[in-house]
Amino acid sequence: MIDPPLVEAIALTLRLAAVTTLVTLLVGTPLAWKLARARSWIKDVVVALVSLPIVLPPTVLGFYLLLLLSPKSPLAPLAEALGGRALAFSFEGLVVGSVVCSMPFVVNPIRNAFEAMGERPLEVAATLGAGPLDRFFTVALPLASPGLLTGAVLGFAHTVGEFGVVLMIGGSIPGETKVVSIALYDYVETLRWEQAHLISAGMLLFSFLVILSMMITERLLARRRAG
Amino acid sequence: MTASQPAASPLSFAAPPPSTGLSARFAARLGSFSLDCAFHLPGRGVSALFGPSGCGKTTVLRCLAGLTRLDEGELHVNGACWQAGRQFMPPHQRPVGYVFQEASLFPHLSVRDNLRYGLRRARRRSAAGSQPENGAAIPFDDVVGLLGIERLFTRAVPQLSGGERQRVAIGRALLSQPRLLLMDEPLSALDRASKDDILPYLERLHDALSIPVVYVSHDLSEVERLADTLVLMEGGRVLAQGPLPAVLADPALPLTHQPHAATVLMGTITGYDAAYDLTLLAVAGGTVHVPGALGATGARRRLRILASDVSLGRQPPLDTSILNALPARVLSGEPTGGHGVTVILALGEPATETRLLARISRKSWDALALRPGEAVHARLKAIALAPGRTDPL
Repeated sequence: MIDPPLVEAIALTLRLAAVTTLVTLLVGTPLAWKLARARSWIKDVVVALVSLPIVLPPTVLGFYLLLLLSPKSPLAPLAEALGGRALAFSFEGLVVGSVVCSMPFVVNPIRNAFEAMGERPLEVAATLGAGPLDRFFTVALPLASPGLLTGAVLGFAHTVGEFGVVLMIGGSIPGETKVVSIALYDYVETLRWEQAHLISAGMLLFSFLVILSMMITERLLARRRAG
Repeated sequence: MTASQPAASPLSFAAPPPSTGLSARFAARLGSFSLDCAFHLPGRGVSALFGPSGCGKTTVLRCLAGLTRLDEGELHVNGACWQAGRQFMPPHQRPVGYVFQEASLFPHLSVRDNLRYGLRRARRRSAAGSQPENGAAIPFDDVVGLLGIERLFTRAVPQLSGGERQRVAIGRALLSQPRLLLMDEPLSALDRASKDDILPYLERLHDALSIPVVYVSHDLSEVERLADTLVLMEGGRVLAQGPLPAVLADPALPLTHQPHAATVLMGTITGYDAAYDLTLLAVAGGTVHVPGALGATGARRRLRILASDVSLGRQPPLDTSILNALPARVLSGEPTGGHGVTVILALGEPATETRLLARISRKSWDALALRPGEAVHARLKAIALAPGRTDPL
């Protein structure tokens, strides 16, 4: 009943979303920390840049990424010198594109969480002998955990649903770049309605469960903190 | 400045760098507010930074902790330089404990882990040798016992009352093994009941701690109960500093002229009259009777005496219901309001004298023909001798 290529597409999508979420958290958390504590005008510029994918058509973003990741881009010799290769139409290329696309959905909730905690807990930690890194890991991160959770879930879900960027820089290589949103498009193009229904209903349910579980988790966390 | 530092002994060759105590100077323009404060605090006991809201006392406290860095700052603590010129020790390297106005417990940690947060780091530091061993370490069990917080261990931070939180916060600060404890109005965010709950613990700390405490407050009654040294601030400046009784009774300062002007008498318990349930307390110039059993012989107690509870007479009181009278010497009379005079009195021998305030009418001042230098008898209404310590500890 389920097309084997569809199973492959689902597995690929989950792998892409997992890797993307991890990379986005690793890059986005320090970035959110810096942004939450910066006061200069540079902060606004960086926030605007990071937030671009929210309003920019994904195909535009995909177009520029395609140019950047193609073998003819000025970056290609650099990538080759480092032992890499041009990333267009590869899984790694998709990760790069997805990280850029989901960055605002990850950075903004984390930044809000860092800003909401204020300076006080960090000052308390400093007077108790905790240095800057110590404060970050033992106070800031645990206190921002609801924001981190929200960011991770949103980043994951957004990557699962991304279409435009994937189409532009990934194409439709089974097992390498053919994710479910692309598979859905292909099924509709070839009039295979049964598989298209399966994907669409699955995605609908998945998205609903993501949002619902996030709301419930946030409420539980808030209740635990407030007593 | 009321009580100047004792002059260096003529026998000493040169003034050694002060190895105990805290010398500080901070100055900066903060918007329309300018701060310029310099003070020296002793290396023991409680020093209060006292002044109206917005006078800069919290800013000064934050500077002591290194949480705020002003344009100009100089700070030496027990002979070590914490800030001078471009040199600045960051807060996590300063051995200070800081108690904030709100308890600010870490909500993601249990009560026990909150208490251990600073303790762990202090142990790590002393194990690494990056900080000289703090002569007498402050042990976990002692702090827990002193503050009565053992039974809170199993409770979640959000379930604690305001007073309980603040006690845990004080314990947390003490366990970080500070050599200087800073407290920023630790009672002001609490209701009356929680305040009364915590004050005895603070008084107990005062007796038990060997480290200096700097206590910021705008509540004079707290200061009178806890402080040994008073730094009086106003509009970003230090108006006066010195031993608490001296600053309280300095006619040049505004405190003396307040409606509720009061002085503090330090006393030592010399006995207990069980028949009348009165404790005998030796103070400068004599012995007073205080209602109730206040503790063991030899214990130190302080009495807060309102100027309006002191009356004056030329003769020792004979047939009066007033129990307590002390021989005193008039230092000066300061007109207060239209009809009142605040009389500054000296109690005891000149070498160890302490001051007492009496608020009398101008008519009485003239009728008794009081003049500076004259001997009088100060009568203290018994109710005025409510001890600062309210609980039998």
